[in-house]
Amino acid sequence: MASKQFDIKTYGGFKGITLLCLVVLYAPLIVVTIYSFNASQSLTNWEGLSLRWYADVFSGPESAKFKEAAKNSFVIAIIAAVVSTSIATLAATGMVRGGKFKLRTLSFGLISLPLMVPEIVTAVATLIFFNSIGFDRGLMTIVLAHIAFCIPFAYLPISARMQGIEDSYEQAAQDLYATKRQAFTKILLPLMMPGIISGFLLAFIVSLDDFIITNFVKGAGVETLPTAIFGSVKQGMKPNIMAISTMLLGVSIVMVTISYFVSKSDNTK
Amino acid sequence: MAAGAASGGSATTDTYKEARTWLLMPAWVVLLFLSLAPVAMMLIYSFLTKEFRGGVIWEFSFAAYDQFFCDRGLFGDEGCTFEWTYMTIFWRSIWQAGAATLLSLAIGFPTAYFIATRPENVRPLWVFLITIPYWVNLLIRTVSMKFLLRDKGPLNDFLMSIGLIDSPLHIINTNFAVQLGLFYSYLPFMVLPIYAAVERYNFSLSEAAADLYASKFTTLWRILLPAVKPGVIAGCILVFVPSLGSFLAPDLLGGAKNFMIGSLIEEQFKGNAGNWPFGAAASMILLSLVLVILLIFARQQAKAEKAEG
Repeated sequence: MASKQFDIKTYGGFKGITLLCLVVLYAPLIVVTIYSFNASQSLTNWEGLSLRWYADVFSGPESAKFKEAAKNSFVIAIIAAVVSTSIATLAATGMVRGGKFKLRTLSFGLISLPLMVPEIVTAVATLIFFNSIGFDRGLMTIVLAHIAFCIPFAYLPISARMQGIEDSYEQAAQDLYATKRQAFTKILLPLMMPGIISGFLLAFIVSLDDFIITNFVKGAGVETLPTAIFGSVKQGMKPNIMAISTMLLGVSIVMVTISYFVSKSDNTK
Repeated sequence: MAAGAASGGSATTDTYKEARTWLLMPAWVVLLFLSLAPVAMMLIYSFLTKEFRGGVIWEFSFAAYDQFFCDRGLFGDEGCTFEWTYMTIFWRSIWQAGAATLLSLAIGFPTAYFIATRPENVRPLWVFLITIPYWVNLLIRTVSMKFLLRDKGPLNDFLMSIGLIDSPLHIINTNFAVQLGLFYSYLPFMVLPIYAAVERYNFSLSEAAADLYASKFTTLWRILLPAVKPGVIAGCILVFVPSLGSFLAPDLLGGAKNFMIGSLIEEQFKGNAGNWPFGAAASMILLSLVLVILLIFARQQAKAEKAEG
């Protein structure tokens, strides 16, 4: 019977399509990574391995621009990720450990709003909002916009984690005369750490990678890595863009991988 | 977005019931001011008068919607006949997003099915492999796609070197390039909900069908597909909605002939056309379209849940 069941589940072409799917997903990234090590001045003629375009990023004519953009990107991403993760952690506690209440569905809708509204609409709305209250565009507007946009990305892994933790641990602490605050900070928060780290990393990547919202709300002359890259691509693609892209790609993949393994780890046992 | 639909009615305990208002307050405040208020303000701006160098004059006006829907002739003084320019752009966007969704479904369904039928312990790894590219900067992915597909790019070089084609395939700046870019941007959104649905599917139903001499295709089409339909619909929406308002794929891969809503909106705030109320109106129309789709979807899901028990 076992072999027959296996047979029912298997469709011949599906494995091939899955592999095709992986090829399509990864081919562009792999190709760009390979060509970022190209020694040639031209985009596509391969002339052997070289690190010249990485050197160009760090010390070439555009290096000052890229350094400034990288600094902005990382500062914004760190602030946005820290703030949105804190807000999301508190909100998740209120939602998952707060009992049933009237505003619950509405709160959930509000938290996931940035995910449901098309990004370009969020960008337009945020720009208009800052304009209407006379808030000058600059780094600060980017940070604020990113905080709001990152909240759902931080919230989802955190609340998923919290739903997986039984409240018996906190109950036990309270039975042993811990206050609610102690039960929260000493018991729940440490148990939540994998979810919080995972949420933080996702929020960080989302902020670091955002182009559309940043492009709308940034002030004149303020650039982040994605807007700087976009500007360069529009002027004609050069190999140094591939070197930057490869580095940024590496950062994202490393962070997602950490997030994956952290969220899988189970510290409730 | 995928988890958004799923965890709305999740279980909850009441350990921190008294503190819940304070716990939720920061999220409420931030999102009220930075998500909800901006959308409300955008609605207001769409009814204001345009300032020529960007921004608005605070005077009520229907001009933005009038420009969208009405053609008033060369001098703007004729009666309203229906304006096709912007409708065409919306229609093209819907068509492109639809094509990208079908492409994602054609590749995403078999992939999701294949992953869901792997041994349980390797499934998360497969899911991880599919989702990694999603977390890589969308801009970088789109630029990579552009690089790969160029007339003198690696794909054409490769195909010519193995003798499959004689002259380069012209892919970039076509509708297909945009569809491919959108497919590439949002594929994981198609795979994940279908995967979740197939994983929950009870395969003894397929066995029963096979015992009753159903062919494999019939089993797939008549038994499995209806059972996982909510996942398929969720996947289609999660690909269709962001594709509809996308900016990078049409801008970088499509060229001027394949203008979509996202570019139309962007142009109003960045380029020389600069008409903020019109950009706000176009955004409102796009947002309404998306909300209608999401509402229909939510009702369907509710119906399906009711039917299940």
